[in-house]
Amino acid sequence: MTLVSLTINRRRTPLRNATLVFVVIALVAAVFADFELIALKPWGELAKIFAGALTPKFLDAERLIEAAVTTLALALLGVMAAAMIGFALTFIYRHRAVRSVCAFLRNIHELFWALMLMQVFGLTAATGLLALVIPYSCIFAKIYSELLGETDPQPAAAIPGPVGGFTRFLFARLPDTMTQLGTYTAYRLECGIRSSTIMGFVGLPTLGFHLETAFSQGDYGGAWAILYLTYAVIATLRWWFRPRLLPIYIIAAMFILPLNSGIEMSHFIRFFTSDIVPAPLARGDGLEGFLPWITMMATEQIGPGLASTLILTQIALVLSGLVALIAVPLVSRQFGGPVSRIAGHLALVVTRSTPEYIIAFVLLLVWGPSMLPAVVALAIHNGAIVGHLTGRLADDLTLRPDAIGGFNRYTWEVLPRVYGQFLAFLFYRWEIIFRETAILGILGIHTLGFYADSAIAEFRLDRATLIIVVTGVCGMGIEAMSRRIRTRLKLTTSVEEAKES
Amino acid sequence: MRRLPIALLLCVIFWFPKTTLSQTLTFSAIPDQDESRLIERFTLVELYLEEKLGIDVSYVPVKSYAAAITAFRNDQVQLAWFGGLSGVQARLAVPDSEVLAQGIEDQAFKTYILANTETEVEPGPELDPRILGSTFTFGSKGSTSGRLMPEFFLRELFRHAPDELFDRVGFSGDHSRTIDLVEAGAFEFGAVNYEVWESELARGQIDTSKVQVIWETPAYPDYQWTARGDLRAQFGPDILNRLRQAFLELDDPKVLAAFPRSGFVPAHNDDYLPVLDIARSIGLIDPARESSRP
Repeated sequence: MTLVSLTINRRRTPLRNATLVFVVIALVAAVFADFELIALKPWGELAKIFAGALTPKFLDAERLIEAAVTTLALALLGVMAAAMIGFALTFIYRHRAVRSVCAFLRNIHELFWALMLMQVFGLTAATGLLALVIPYSCIFAKIYSELLGETDPQPAAAIPGPVGGFTRFLFARLPDTMTQLGTYTAYRLECGIRSSTIMGFVGLPTLGFHLETAFSQGDYGGAWAILYLTYAVIATLRWWFRPRLLPIYIIAAMFILPLNSGIEMSHFIRFFTSDIVPAPLARGDGLEGFLPWITMMATEQIGPGLASTLILTQIALVLSGLVALIAVPLVSRQFGGPVSRIAGHLALVVTRSTPEYIIAFVLLLVWGPSMLPAVVALAIHNGAIVGHLTGRLADDLTLRPDAIGGFNRYTWEVLPRVYGQFLAFLFYRWEIIFRETAILGILGIHTLGFYADSAIAEFRLDRATLIIVVTGVCGMGIEAMSRRIRTRLKLTTSVEEAKES
Repeated sequence: MRRLPIALLLCVIFWFPKTTLSQTLTFSAIPDQDESRLIERFTLVELYLEEKLGIDVSYVPVKSYAAAITAFRNDQVQLAWFGGLSGVQARLAVPDSEVLAQGIEDQAFKTYILANTETEVEPGPELDPRILGSTFTFGSKGSTSGRLMPEFFLRELFRHAPDELFDRVGFSGDHSRTIDLVEAGAFEFGAVNYEVWESELARGQIDTSKVQVIWETPAYPDYQWTARGDLRAQFGPDILNRLRQAFLELDDPKVLAAFPRSGFVPAHNDDYLPVLDIARSIGLIDPARESSRP
């Protein structure tokens, strides 16, 4: 008995240490973080937001429906194209170069993509579509590869005779994972709808366009109407999203998307040969001008931006974990009654379907632009996702009939068993939180995104490009570190999440 | 059946139509105010120009100052109602473009510095140095009256960049929000376009017991209509003059009130050289772009 508990303890220690390390990092980060509550009287605004939630206004139905249809069309086309490209990429994904390029591209947030692509394609569907397709293809390539890599090798080995690799793949490996690939694609479509909504914030005619307008004008009734519409679309996904209907949807989407401009080659060339070339080089000042420029960028923008991005990320990561741990007993079948569970599920569905960008947007209105709204928004959204996944895992546990009840059941029975998986989910969100943190800068928090947004506002695409590239590279670093930690702790990788979702 | 996905993918790739030479004049404006107000205003302008010029005119709303400039640069809009700074930036990006007209008020535009009344800083002919060390919000990062000019005058007065002068500097996004934020106390002070302040005040949108104007800046040139020179190829060599004339003859009180401007007067690219100089002096525009005159 003692021996068993000792071995268990030894096995658990790395998890505990990892948790401790991250909590300590977050605490240190919190010392440097700017958590000032700036708004003097947020309650009036909060009350208005709450009142808006109870009395949504579906006033301009025609415009809303048009925007909703555009949002869906963009998401459908983007995600489907990305799925195909991602699938094609799985065949060459074992090459290190391909993996690195994909990691870099997917670590740049779709809003950054949209902002940059807009310089070339303007406010067109092409901008939105590519901003979705580029990062999503790379995400698909990764997850599809992992799922396919997990298939049972036996069927492939059992095929007799000289059979080509592709045939083997088609008949032995693909069928085995078809369901999971499908499930994951459907989940990505849900993400795609959120992403395409968000793109309205930078001017594409999706739901986010009207959402931003409504929120910034204080028309909370109108804003909630749009949010409810988004929830409804996402919640009903499983009924209307049928593989068999897909071709019809795609053809419809292609007719719906408002395309009013094509690709101008000259814009393309201008972008690469002049827009994104560092100003001193473009001016012909050579290295002499470039060094002060890059030093200025590093010390005045990238340095401070990266510091606050990392501070935010680490705090948000730990708080997400905390939110998730609170959420698990609210949604898991192991605890509470049906009423508390339904309420818990409802809360989680709402918080995880609301993009963190929007939560942060609202909290910023209420609290003012310190790091507080960003941290809370990230923690709520990501905590809800991790809580949901861990809760489902806890549901599957079989407890002894005489297992302890109440709070102790959670802390002593359930949590120890799902803790490893919980950490795995959380570490997987790490790079996602980093990506989101960067983009929250557009809302005025001084992360990398703030400096990128300023550069774009000043029409300095060279600076914006540099900052975005740095963001992408750092995202890659975090992704690599997260993978390392998961391997070290022997935690299952993101594939598990793909299956879960 | 298996080829279907590939066929669809090819469709997606090839279906971007080439730019069509439509005979529509598309225009935009910097989103400096609540969008509903902008749509109300520019729908009136759309109708007015259509009637006056006999061509199709359509207004495209955008979400940021930068997007307005980008759209103008990429020829997605050929005409725009820019602020001083965005106009200069746009004309640097499109060297062949011309200022057509400005509002009468834009010849001598002003910025108001706002204070939340709880700060107890009172209005005066000089800007009270007690605002230093407080929290301060500009409008959009690319705004003339909400950012460029107030930043310039603050630097002139106090010899430091805003980041050093204030405890916290924000960018609200637009003038309406600047007023809201200072009124709510999210920021103690702010810089706002005086016309937006006056019109919101007239509409009863401002609680003056919570926010007041404590200082106004010296005058500078601001908003203007700018058009792309290549409009001539599409609508005839005299299109810029016809457009300019249309603005100068605009006397419908309803349209003017929506701006709000009392009328329009001719203006030229050179009128905005002071704005360019100031933008350069505070480092908002790179010297590399000096070669072409705005």
